[in-house]
Amino acid sequence: MWRDSVLVAGKDLRIELRSRVVMHQVVPVAVLVLVLFAFALGPDRAPMAHAAPGLFWVAVLFASVLAVQRSFALEAPDGARDGLRLSGLDPAGVFLGKTAAVALQMVVLEVVLTAGVVVLYGSHIRSYGAIVVAGLAGTAGLAAAGTLYGALAAGLRVRETLLPFLFLPVAAPVLLAGTRAWQAALGIDSGGAGDPWTSLLVVFAVVYLALGVVIFGPLQEAS
Amino acid sequence: MTPKESAAAPWSRRATWIVRGLGIAAAVSLAATIWLGLWVTPPDQVQHNLVRLVYIHPPIAWVALYLAFGVAAASSVLWLWPRTRSRFWDRLAVSAVEVGIVFTALTLVTGSIWGRPTWGLWWTWDARLTSTALLLVLLLGYMAVRRVPADPDSRARRSAVVALVAAVDVPIVHFSVDWWHTLHQGATVLNANLSPTIHGSMAWTLLLGFVAFTLLFAWMLAIRYRVEVLSELLDDSELDVALHERWAEGTAPVTEPDGALAGSGRHP
Amino acid sequence: MAPAVLLTTAVCVTGRFPALAGVDLAVAQGEVVVLEGPNGAGKTSVLRVCAGLLPLTGGDGTVLGCDLRRHAPALRRRVGMLGHAAALYDDLTVVENLRFAVRAAGASASNIDAVLERLDLGGRVRRTAVGRLSAGQRRRVALAVLVARRPELWLLDEPHAGLDAGARAVLGEIVAEVVADGATVLLASHEPEESWPLADRVVSLVGGRVVEVRDVGPAARTAVVPDTLRSVPGSVHVA
Repeated sequence: MWRDSVLVAGKDLRIELRSRVVMHQVVPVAVLVLVLFAFALGPDRAPMAHAAPGLFWVAVLFASVLAVQRSFALEAPDGARDGLRLSGLDPAGVFLGKTAAVALQMVVLEVVLTAGVVVLYGSHIRSYGAIVVAGLAGTAGLAAAGTLYGALAAGLRVRETLLPFLFLPVAAPVLLAGTRAWQAALGIDSGGAGDPWTSLLVVFAVVYLALGVVIFGPLQEAS
Repeated sequence: MTPKESAAAPWSRRATWIVRGLGIAAAVSLAATIWLGLWVTPPDQVQHNLVRLVYIHPPIAWVALYLAFGVAAASSVLWLWPRTRSRFWDRLAVSAVEVGIVFTALTLVTGSIWGRPTWGLWWTWDARLTSTALLLVLLLGYMAVRRVPADPDSRARRSAVVALVAAVDVPIVHFSVDWWHTLHQGATVLNANLSPTIHGSMAWTLLLGFVAFTLLFAWMLAIRYRVEVLSELLDDSELDVALHERWAEGTAPVTEPDGALAGSGRHP
Repeated sequence: MAPAVLLTTAVCVTGRFPALAGVDLAVAQGEVVVLEGPNGAGKTSVLRVCAGLLPLTGGDGTVLGCDLRRHAPALRRRVGMLGHAAALYDDLTVVENLRFAVRAAGASASNIDAVLERLDLGGRVRRTAVGRLSAGQRRRVALAVLVARRPELWLLDEPHAGLDAGARAVLGEIVAEVVADGATVLLASHEPEESWPLADRVVSLVGGRVVEVRDVGPAARTAVVPDTLRSVPGSVHVA
């Protein structure tokens, strides 16, 4: 399983390196979302800085939908989906590999978005460690749940509209917890520590990674 | 199966009687609950007549969240598990979800009605309403996946996965929303804030309310399950027709059908 | 010896359409069987069912000893399919595609270069992204993937389509070699049986069912075996 996941992750990332879709399209869209929020909330920086944690995670959520869709679009052309099924790869390995590739791309995106939030909204980061841990945990959870639903929607004609509809409600706790964790790390609304929220993010990630590993195989059998 | 034949239903007579019994029991207990709730029990000191909603809102919420959702999730697991896989679980899951949607929507409506005079708003982002709203969206997602045209096996697979993902999400949502902000206090169905003291006739009526709505759920579940069985029978008979047409292809003179499924006709 | 493929009254319904309406098919190990029939007869569906890609709605199926209803995933590494679509990653080069497919199947990557050379995909072509190749070249890459993996059961869907004469000849040689090694080949084709000198039987499908099975036996074969193969001892025919 691990060997297969490394193989799949490597393949997905290599394709991304060649085609650069995520870097050149998804990341700019996410940054654009931040800018649009400024149009909605500005021009005073104060409300933006106050809302920054939430806006960051909303942008991440939408970008993760795009990233997951892209991950499965890799297999869409010319029967590659069948090829993946026929390849003999362990489905759990395929799940972990794709999740890892999506997560890695999301991490890069989040670094850019964090910089964007600092620059555009004037946020001050007090605890870098908390930001990093919360970001990683949240990303892992989003990638896992997203990949699971992405596989479900992959072969269907309605996939573009179905995936957000399925995925976003499930991802809502990540938005909630991530925002609170960020608020603590940015020193906004000092209503409680960020640690319990970060633990929730970790729990979410672990739960969905485990679920995906178990269920990806049976799911792929759906033609 | 002609319409006349299928009136002799594809389930046992005993099942018919059980379901009928359920329906009658549900109707009776509901009527009793309403009578007790509206006329016999006393109004509350603080909330006056509004407290009468306690006889229906918590029971409906309990049915929606634990019964309907629980049945849907458990059925999905049982379907996915190869040893227990059977169409029964798939039918049960979709029935539970559809009935669950009705009950969840009702939870939101009754909760909203209850909240309005107390808090002055039609909607607040408190823990209970928020997680219930999210539950509703998750259930609707299940139905959306269900509507995608596919063979029964694939459809059952996808639905079961959606149900499982949602089932795993619901406790997480509950925890996080509870931590976040609550106007409802605590995670128990019996809501301390809105129903201060339940005693005497109120307690009995509340219990009756739970029983009544549970019976109602069971009855609706059975009816919906039957609809699913009938719908499958219809699909089977349509399949029979399709099969006969397919066989006829073999005996008729071989004219190539247009745009058919297998073989793209790629001639070198 | 257990048959490589055994389908009994196989019914396969996709959506509302019964692609297969009761197919009986038995292929012994080491055989080469050709499926023929008009468009829409179900040839591709039979292949996909044998690959474990399409679930059976009715009837039974056993491929390489695995029950299709229960153990389809276990088949994946032992079965190779060349479908209509090339199933390749456009952004990766030929070599990268091959390495991925071979490693995924758990096979050794050592013979990749030899396979590429044989199918005229060596030199600069190997480092070209698959998306930039011509249709014929893509088809050859898909074939190369199959050859490099060396599965026990080969499922070929109209393999001559998209291949020029040279590639077809190479394909014929390859089929002969793998069958001599004990592999089984099931292929679907529009072409007359003369194109498949190695075939043991021809099965005709119409309307999702088998209507005729013709033994194309050793007599027809020895007449057309190419010179390169005459020296191969005890080749191909299995009872």
